[in-house]
Amino acid sequence: MSRPEILILDYGSGNLRSAQRALERVGAIVTVSSDFDEAMGAQALVLPGVGAFEACMAGIRGVRGDVIIDRRLAGGLPVLGICVGMQVLFERGVEHGTECEGLGEWPGVVEPLDAPILPHMGWNTISVPSGSRILEGLEGERFYFVHSYAVTRWELTENDPSRRAPIVSWANHGVDFVAAVENGPLVATQFHPEKSGDAGLSLLEAWLGTIR
Amino acid sequence: MTVAIRVIPCLDVDDGRVVKGVNFSDLRDAGDPVELAARYDREGADELVFLDITASSSDRSTMLDVVRRTAESVFIPLTVGGGVRAVEDFDLLLRAGADKVSLNTAALANPDLLNSAAQRFGSQCIVLSIDARRCPEGVRTASGFEVTTHGGRKGTGVDAVEWAAEGTRRGAGEILLNSMDADGTKAGYDLPLIQVVRERVSVPLIASGGAGSIADFVPAVLTGADAVLAASVFHFGQLTVDEVKTSLAAAGLPVRAHMHGRKPSGSDAPQRGAQ
Repeated sequence: MSRPEILILDYGSGNLRSAQRALERVGAIVTVSSDFDEAMGAQALVLPGVGAFEACMAGIRGVRGDVIIDRRLAGGLPVLGICVGMQVLFERGVEHGTECEGLGEWPGVVEPLDAPILPHMGWNTISVPSGSRILEGLEGERFYFVHSYAVTRWELTENDPSRRAPIVSWANHGVDFVAAVENGPLVATQFHPEKSGDAGLSLLEAWLGTIR
Repeated sequence: MTVAIRVIPCLDVDDGRVVKGVNFSDLRDAGDPVELAARYDREGADELVFLDITASSSDRSTMLDVVRRTAESVFIPLTVGGGVRAVEDFDLLLRAGADKVSLNTAALANPDLLNSAAQRFGSQCIVLSIDARRCPEGVRTASGFEVTTHGGRKGTGVDAVEWAAEGTRRGAGEILLNSMDADGTKAGYDLPLIQVVRERVSVPLIASGGAGSIADFVPAVLTGADAVLAASVFHFGQLTVDEVKTSLAAAGLPVRAHMHGRKPSGSDAPQRGAQ
């Protein structure tokens, strides 16, 4: 089987090395780049993200990542968003009372979590919805989260295979929030699979399996 | 669904080598932080802390190389501290593969560093490390604890609890709380210190200093720690990460168990390719 070729979009966000190495570990050939044509041509694209929603959106727009993601999805080409890279896929983010427009691939708002201890930092369990291609077999495993904001209301139909609705996984920290979404070519996780040990590597391997 | 209590081994690294006698017969080179990190990962560590104690700042590139090599083989969060003075140091460490950077003395000397680092990289990667002790005679703080520098040898007169609160206001996303009174005693974590800091800050709190026996971990968590850090008990093989987790689980606390489901195909095989 040929090795899938993945591009991690480099728009100035944090630690990309771990995502690169984790994907390589499970068999991918990985490039880290901000080049528009390379990002359009890659077999699959990873959209990373740490820090503030607004700063990430500025960085993404700075490399025309918004256009890249729109066009890729229009053509059915796989995209994986991680952490803030998932959050920006929603309509907007609210941080420190100010709103920032997101990429709007899904309806919904990224809002502060309501919990006694924040950030939500550490290994948590998530629900494994039936039909999930990336989480199947990972029931009960914990994944590494670090974030203070999340989507607490999913506004589309979810987990209805007959309607091909998005498959949504949930986690809880103070409140229930969206932990992962699988929606055709667009997949995203609020947690960091590249930092989630063997469970995370398994997830990434399963994701690679979906794009071959 | 509750976030698990994290068990964190800490490695002191001097010029690329682990210091304090580490003695594991199963390691080819027990002084290599990368090998040790991989071992602790296999043993179930939830996170790792590297503390760079290299005296000369000209040797910092060695630490970057250690971080780079660790990030190639270990897929759990990695915090790196020691010798971080400027925002540029954060950038270098994060790019090398660190997930969090801890600040200690530099933040005391220049608290604005917390603000600027948090603004640029996000609070989630800023750890404020505090070396605290009970005030000696002649020093008074509201909490009775003061911040120290130079490995606990010099007092600052700064209230440790106030400093923790100020640090989080400025942007620290986590507090690494080292008790200089408990450090090295193996008599257990400093519960009164954990308690007063817990009452004031709402970011995750890592308890450090004093772990000596398996009974020490549960009380630290019940007092308010979100994570427990230890060095010598792990390095000397006195306790394993797994044993600590078993003790936490026995007390009804949530821990991350060894993976039982489907494993990634490469997990037990040597790393693919040689890139």
